[in-house]
Amino acid sequence: MTAPVLSVRDLVTEFDTRAGALRAVNNVCFDVMPGEVLGIVGESGSGKTITGFSIMQLLDKPGKVKSGEILLNGKDLGRLGDTELRQLRGDRIAMIFQDPMMTLNPVLRIDTQMIETILAHRKVSHAEARQLAEDALAQVGIPSPAERLKTYPHEMSGGMRQRVVIAIALMLEPDLIIADEPTTALDVTIQSQILFEMQRLLSNRNMGLIWITHDLTVVAGLAHKVAVMYAGRIVEFGPVSDLLDRPAHPYTRGLIDSIPSNASHGKRLTQIPGMTPNLLNLGKGCPFRPRCPRASDICASDPETSSTGDGRTVRCHNPIEEGLDDTASAT
Amino acid sequence: MLAYLIRRFGQSLLVMAVMATIVFFGLYMVGNPVDLLINPEDDLAAQEAAIRRLGLDQPIYIQFLQFLKGIATGNLGVSFVHNTPALELILSRLPATLELAFFAMLLAILLGIPLGMIAGLYPSSPGSRVIMGGSIIGFSTPNFWQGLMLIMLFAVFWRVLPSGGRGQTTDLFGIPVSFLTLDGLKHLILPALNLAIFKIALVIRLSRAGTSEVSLQDYVKYARARGLSEKRIVGVHILKNILIPVVTVLGLELGNVIAFAVVTETVFAWPGIGKLLIDSIGLLDRPVVVAYMMLTVFMFVMINFFVDMAYSMLDPRIRIKAGKS
Ligand SMILES: Nc1ncnc2c1ncn2[C@@H]1O[C@H](COP(=O)(O)OP(=O)(O)O)[C@@H](O)[C@H]1O
Ligand code: SF4
Ligand SMILES: [Mg+2]
Repeated sequence: MTAPVLSVRDLVTEFDTRAGALRAVNNVCFDVMPGEVLGIVGESGSGKTITGFSIMQLLDKPGKVKSGEILLNGKDLGRLGDTELRQLRGDRIAMIFQDPMMTLNPVLRIDTQMIETILAHRKVSHAEARQLAEDALAQVGIPSPAERLKTYPHEMSGGMRQRVVIAIALMLEPDLIIADEPTTALDVTIQSQILFEMQRLLSNRNMGLIWITHDLTVVAGLAHKVAVMYAGRIVEFGPVSDLLDRPAHPYTRGLIDSIPSNASHGKRLTQIPGMTPNLLNLGKGCPFRPRCPRASDICASDPETSSTGDGRTVRCHNPIEEGLDDTASAT
Repeated sequence: MLAYLIRRFGQSLLVMAVMATIVFFGLYMVGNPVDLLINPEDDLAAQEAAIRRLGLDQPIYIQFLQFLKGIATGNLGVSFVHNTPALELILSRLPATLELAFFAMLLAILLGIPLGMIAGLYPSSPGSRVIMGGSIIGFSTPNFWQGLMLIMLFAVFWRVLPSGGRGQTTDLFGIPVSFLTLDGLKHLILPALNLAIFKIALVIRLSRAGTSEVSLQDYVKYARARGLSEKRIVGVHILKNILIPVVTVLGLELGNVIAFAVVTETVFAWPGIGKLLIDSIGLLDRPVVVAYMMLTVFMFVMINFFVDMAYSMLDPRIRIKAGKS
């Protein structure tokens, strides 16, 4: 059995705000195997981005990892010094940010930003670094890469910029890439182009990928496993097709039902009622309770994560079971 | 581009004309230079000859027409006092002022940007508080008082630096400069610092505001996510972004530095055009004052023009594209 590239154990990340401690990531656990794509799904504000930045050890103040372990190839990133972390970032573990318009420095040319990344990690000449950068651009499908290298970010479209960022992430062959909603800011057509490109690029590599998105359809096409996040917790986890076919958590069910193509024509789209909870006053009990169609008295206490076999876990008192009517309350 | 240049040029000519007219008639109303210029001991015939020689016997509008005629032939008039062409007089004093202004700007950049960046990167550290407190004092006390304080501390108490004058000069391409000799450099430090204090305080504020804004940008976080060194992130990624507003404002301030040199040159007896202006106003030496004003406007126009150029060079997003259309 191979060892996971990344192993996140009981991760808790908090923001010490004036109104109290805001727990943005709450007891999150997952593994990413080499060559595996993990999708993290959830509404905005559910803690996906903060999970990513916790792994990168790049939280903005006052954010802080309170407890838990983040093991990259068995090395606990939380125990590393600044220099060791700097050496890992961009080299062994890369991140793709959400908005390609804001990610690249507007006053530096593409070649400057690519070459500086290579030179920060590899002892190669400037010319070799440039060649590497050019190859990386060609690989992600950017036409005439040598000329593109000499342009500034603002001279490129959003899709092109995100390709550049993907090229930078792949360039040094990292063990793990964290992609935080990399296509959310792009047009639908560009989005599917990039997804297609990503699948092609991943096929012959052995790197782990965490693909963060709020869009379940994206996950269906790309990921091997899915973690569904709600209010900072992973409420359901499992292999992608299994989880999408037979969701156990009412929240996952709600997300699936609100995908437009799943509703038959003429029928109203189902939506999860209510709003994402305020993390500052969650209160006791299951955070999904106010919006949950299956809520019962027992939900006044916070459910534990329980394994349901086949590598699946769910965090719910009344999970939907196969064969049962999945909207009625189980009690 | 050409249309832009022509428009710029036309505007500046207009400003210079308006300026010259106002100053010409303004000084006429302040007083009659004749009272200051001629020797009351002389007999009447000699006095009248002197007045006629200066053209001051004519009514003011005739004097103004004479002045315009002079300009048309590139002649800004002759100093009443020194009896040399006004422009020549100013140009002979210009290197001293330019040297002072240049070193003041250099100090503003070399001290202001690093101090401002430190204050922006570590806003709550004691060092940053000292920097920001210092910049408030720099802003809020009068420039001449700052000059007197510098003289008191460095020239009177500690006796390490001279209190005035230009010191020993050497010729650089035929222009006398102070900074190449040790004595000249010592004379330059205090006036340059005095002239720079306001600008240092200004650059500190700009750099701090820019740094704290830029360091929150995604591209800085992304630079960290790529494993770049802190040195490169601060020295390239942040610095290059804050330079845009700093260079713009400093460029526009360059004109102000030359204008403010009037105060510093007076306090430190620095023989530049600022001191010449004050002396000339005192003596109602109209040709010199008018020529000074016109030259200053001209410099402002040129400076603004070069700032625009520098700005578009620093910020690729507004770069004027040549040969691509
Ligand atoms: N700098 C911050 N200060 C305080 N709270 C924050 C900060 N950044 C994020 N949060 C909180 O953390 C929670 C998770 O945010 P995030 O991970 O960005 O959600 P998403 O799933 O949309 O990526 C949100 O409720 C947000 O309010
Ligand atoms: S624990 Fe209760 S409230 Fe929470 S999701 Fe399950 S059924 Fe709904
Ligand atoms: Mg997010």
